[in-house]
Amino acid sequence: MGHRHASRRQILRWSMAAGAGVLAAGETDAAASARTLGAPLGPYGERSPFEKGIRFTRESRTPETGSSFTPIQESLGTITPSALHYERHHGGIPSIDPSVHRLVIHGMVERPLSLSMADIRRLPSVTRTLVLECGGNSAGEWAAPGPDVQRTYGMVSGSEWTGVSLARLLEEAGVRPGASWVIAEGADACRMMRSIPLGKARQDSLLAYGQNGEAMRPAQGYPLRLINPGWEGNANVKWLQSLRLTDQPYMARDETSKYSDLMPDGKTRIFTFEMEAKSVITFPSGGQMLPGPGLYELTGLAWSGQGLVDRVEVTVNGGETWQRALLQEPRLPIALTRFRLPWRFDGREAVIASRCVDETGYVQPTREALIAARGTNSIYHYNGIKFWRVRGDGTVVHVGA
Amino acid sequence: MWARNGVGLAVLMALASAGSINASLGSASGVAQSPRFGVGRAPTADEIRDLGSAIAPDGTGLPAGSGNVSQGRAVFAAHCARCHGRQGEGEIGARLVGGQGSLRSPRPLKTVGSFWPYATTLWDYVNRAMPFDKPGALQPDEVYAVSAFILNLNGIIGDDQVLNAVTLPKVQMPNRDGFVPDARPDVNGLKPRPQPTPVR
Repeated sequence: MGHRHASRRQILRWSMAAGAGVLAAGETDAAASARTLGAPLGPYGERSPFEKGIRFTRESRTPETGSSFTPIQESLGTITPSALHYERHHGGIPSIDPSVHRLVIHGMVERPLSLSMADIRRLPSVTRTLVLECGGNSAGEWAAPGPDVQRTYGMVSGSEWTGVSLARLLEEAGVRPGASWVIAEGADACRMMRSIPLGKARQDSLLAYGQNGEAMRPAQGYPLRLINPGWEGNANVKWLQSLRLTDQPYMARDETSKYSDLMPDGKTRIFTFEMEAKSVITFPSGGQMLPGPGLYELTGLAWSGQGLVDRVEVTVNGGETWQRALLQEPRLPIALTRFRLPWRFDGREAVIASRCVDETGYVQPTREALIAARGTNSIYHYNGIKFWRVRGDGTVVHVGA
Repeated sequence: MWARNGVGLAVLMALASAGSINASLGSASGVAQSPRFGVGRAPTADEIRDLGSAIAPDGTGLPAGSGNVSQGRAVFAAHCARCHGRQGEGEIGARLVGGQGSLRSPRPLKTVGSFWPYATTLWDYVNRAMPFDKPGALQPDEVYAVSAFILNLNGIIGDDQVLNAVTLPKVQMPNRDGFVPDARPDVNGLKPRPQPTPVR
């Protein structure tokens, strides 16, 4: 059916679907004539309408609790745009006026404090670039490897966070002898609560209000979020409103019945905070297609909750041999690290994968090694090596498909 | 007023940079609590109750009040059954009963009865997060009562048991001893990392 026969309504539909593409085609036709002016300046920027990458959100009968996955297959560099940061909510995203929000620090302290956001912003600020990964990222991989990188490894994002040192605030409050835990509570409808060891709070925890150069997004905890570098996302309590110093963990629902790791012997590991070294190839990855044989840049992301990525090794022959990928500098501890490897696709099937080695010497394990250690019912903290199969025709699928 | 505040701030900042302002000066002003930076004030009792309502496994923080199984049945029918099913069998909301003895099986069923280690956690979670679309709506008596009903459904407490701040922490949950510290790294022959604080 040609355009000649199309109704006005159909043409309108095509135009809307094509978006600004229609304009671009028009410009080409009018190449010899005068150029038209571009759009005027605006108060808050938006990305190009040609860019379509979006988070994937699972269908849910209760959309206030659920997960969304960052399109890491389209990510460039190491920072995730705030608008594409993965999300995991348990009671919806609260709307909080920062002029009335308060944080109370109480319990086993010499000087209980009630702080406004203005108080917190007056304190010396700290900025750190960090990876944040949901404890349940890649949980589906325990049962069977999944088809594309967004839905299997996409609950990970990288941001620059700005806030204040929790250790400094605890000095202001004066921690009493005997205190060993900090109970953090959020202001969302479900009042998310986690018990954090005092040692972590004194080591490197932040109370963040900034993300990627502006106030953090509501979905990320606006106006205040506890950031525990290298620890599972849920322990980074959003919309933070209370820190209670105690001599015991409080055994919250989200640290006992959830975010705990059931082992084959029926015992459950609790307080499994750390996210271990992990990496995944984002190009070429499941669902993508190489247009034909030739030279490509294979690339992906690596990170470790334990510190720096020391190296990333890549196989293009199903794990027979591994070679070192180039790491994008500067590398930062507990931050997304981009790796790259020039690779000539010769039109024959290739099974590719990456494995991360962090500065502690920890080597990202295979799925088989993880299952041997933990069975398949522990849900959280899956960090296995992900294999993709590049078929001879250039299509890419997950191994197991 | 403006001038006095301005001077006060300047003095505070000078002292803060010298790191020498002491705690008594901070609190004596009645405004600033924090000794070095002079920010914040003492929280009110209401603020601590409203913002930090966490309940400890030893019962610290539990309010006055009480509830029993039959009262809980009514509360459950009114507020919980539409998501969790009439007998806690689960629907749009999580299943709340059953699964005892299943944790070692290929298909473990993790419920309040089979998995949760502390009854205080049930009280705390119902109080803070339930009903899902109206959290905080239940009064303490109702939370005690519905906790009693759910524990009774699981065969953990008897039909006549009354729950309150004294009896709730004493409830023995079947999986109380089922939790162990993190043992990672647990692959490639590595030794587990030391844990920051022992698990009780």
